[in-house]
Amino acid sequence: MAAGAASGGSATTDTYKEARTWLLLPAWVTLAILVLAPVIMMLIYSFLTKEFRGGVIWEFSLAAYDQFFFDRGLFGDDPAKIEWTYITIFWRSIWQAGAATLLSLVIGFPTAYFIATRSENMRPVWVFLITIPYWVNLLIRTVSMKFLLRDQGPLNDFLMNIGLIDSPLHIVNTNFAVQLGLFYSYLPFMVLPIYAAVERYNFALSEAAADLYASKWTTLRRVLLPAVKPGVFAGCILVFVPSMGSFLAPDLLGGAKNFMIGSLIEEQFKGNAGNWPFGAAASMILLTMVLIILMFSTRQQAKADKAGG
Amino acid sequence: MASKQFDIKTYAGFKGITLLCLVILYAPLIVVTVYSFNASQSLTNWEGVSLRWYADVFTGPESGKFKTAAKNSFIIAIIAATTATTIATLATTGMVRGGKFRFRTVSFGLISLPLMVPEIVLAVATLIFFNSIGFERGLLTILLAHIAFCIPFAYLPISARMQGIEDSYEQAALDLYATKRQAFTKILLPLMMPGIISGFLLAFIVSLDDFIITNFVKGAGVETLPTAIFGSVKQGIKPNIMAISTMLLSVSIVMVTISYFVSKSDNTK
Repeated sequence: MAAGAASGGSATTDTYKEARTWLLLPAWVTLAILVLAPVIMMLIYSFLTKEFRGGVIWEFSLAAYDQFFFDRGLFGDDPAKIEWTYITIFWRSIWQAGAATLLSLVIGFPTAYFIATRSENMRPVWVFLITIPYWVNLLIRTVSMKFLLRDQGPLNDFLMNIGLIDSPLHIVNTNFAVQLGLFYSYLPFMVLPIYAAVERYNFALSEAAADLYASKWTTLRRVLLPAVKPGVFAGCILVFVPSMGSFLAPDLLGGAKNFMIGSLIEEQFKGNAGNWPFGAAASMILLTMVLIILMFSTRQQAKADKAGG
Repeated sequence: MASKQFDIKTYAGFKGITLLCLVILYAPLIVVTVYSFNASQSLTNWEGVSLRWYADVFTGPESGKFKTAAKNSFIIAIIAATTATTIATLATTGMVRGGKFRFRTVSFGLISLPLMVPEIVLAVATLIFFNSIGFERGLLTILLAHIAFCIPFAYLPISARMQGIEDSYEQAALDLYATKRQAFTKILLPLMMPGIISGFLLAFIVSLDDFIITNFVKGAGVETLPTAIFGSVKQGIKPNIMAISTMLLSVSIVMVTISYFVSKSDNTK
C-alpha cells in the first residue's frame, strides 16, 4: 500500500482525463529540455575531441574513455597498460561511500528503531528533529563540520579540557573526516526508510519469538531484521548513491590526498585540467554505475514486495 | 502484559545511540551559531558576545559581494520555486486525477529524474547543454537549471496531498453544474493549498541552498550566496562566514518548520 503511494498513487481518479496531456505538458517539456537533452548531449560530448582550455571540437574520438582506462606513455605510442590513476579514484569513492553507508547504518538503524517505537504523536516530532539539519545548506553543514573538527577547533578544545587527550586529534584531511561528512550529509535518507519499515512491522511476531524462548537479540536478528530488510536496503542505496558522487565533503574535509570522483569531474570543467570530453566520460561512467545500482535495487524491491504478498 | 510488550520492544543502548545521533547532527550547527557571536578576531579564542561579524557582513569590505549574491539567490529561488510549483501542481493533477494512461510510469520517471541523476552529473550535463546550444552563462542559466531540479521537490508533497483528498468534493461540484475548470480552481486548488505551500517552500530551500549545479552553470562573476561562501571558505573559514551561515541556516530552519506545520494542517474538514 505504502509502496503504491510512494510510486505515484493508488487513489487515482479520472476527473481530469481530457485535460491530462495539457496538464502534464509543461513538466514533460521542461524536464525533457533541461534534464534529458543535457544528459544525451553529455553522452555525445564524451565521444568528441577536446579543445584545450575547455570546450570541444566536433570530431568523433574515443580518447576520453581511452585516457580513463589506459596509459599509453607520454607521447601516446607506448604499448597500452592499464591506467590506475582514475580507477583508483573511482575505487576510493566506492570505498568511502561504502564506509559512510555502514556508519549511517550503525547509527541510523537504532535511531530509526527507537523513533518507530515511540508513541504515535511523538514519532513525527522525532522524525522532524532528524530531518531539520538535512534542509540546512549542505555547504554550510560541511563548513560547520570542518570548523568543529579542526586541530584548534571546539571538539579538540573540549577533549583536551576534560583531559581525554593531550594533543589535538588530526581529523580534518583524513578519510574518516570525509566519511563523517558524508554521514552527516545523508543520514536522514538512512533513518526514514528504516523508520517506515519498523513502523509497519507487526510486533506480535517478536512476541511470538519471545514466547518460544528466543532471546531479544536473536529476535532482532532472526525475526525483525528479515522483516524490515527492504527498508534497510533502501536506506543503504539512498546514502550510498549520493555519497559516491559527492563533491563538497571530500573537497572541504578530505584535502588533496583524498580525491573522489566529484572532484575529478569538477576539475575538468572548473579547474586547470580543462578536458571536457574526459569530464563527460567520467560523468557517464558514474551515471552508468548509479543507474545499474538503482535498477538492481528496484528489482530487489519488487522481489521483496512479491515475497511479502 | 503491557509491560512485557514494552520490554520486548526496547533494546538497551538504542536510546543512547539516538541521542548521540542528534548530538552529531546538531553540534556543528550550534557551534557555528555560537561562534558567529564571538567578539574575537581569531576563530579559536572566545572573547565574549558581540554582533561585530553580523555588522561586518552588512557593512564590511565583503558586504557588496554578499549583498549582490544574496539578491541573486533570493530572486532565483522565488522565481524557480514559483515556476516549479506551478508545473508540479499541474503535473500532479494530470497524474493523480488523470486516470490510468500509458505514459504514467514514464512521466513519473521523468519527474523524478533530477533526483536519480547524481548532482554533479546533472551539473556537467547542464553546463554542456548550454554550451552546445551557445546559450551564454549567467543568471538565466542558473534560473533554468534550478527550475528543473526543483520540480520533483515541489511534486512530492503536492502529490502526497492530492492522493489524500477524495474526489467526492469535486464530483459534488460537478453534479451541481460546475465546469471542470471551476471544480479545479474553486474546490481542488484550495484543498491542495497546504501541499502546494509545502512544496513551494521545499523548492525554495533547495534552490537557495544549491551549490554544485549553480557553480557549474553560473557565468564568470555571477555569484549566489553558496558560491560566494564557497569562494570565501576556500581561503580559510573567517568569522563573517559564520555570521552569514547562521543567518542562512535560520532561514532554512524557519521555512522547513512552516512547511512541516502547514502540511500537517488538515483543511478538508
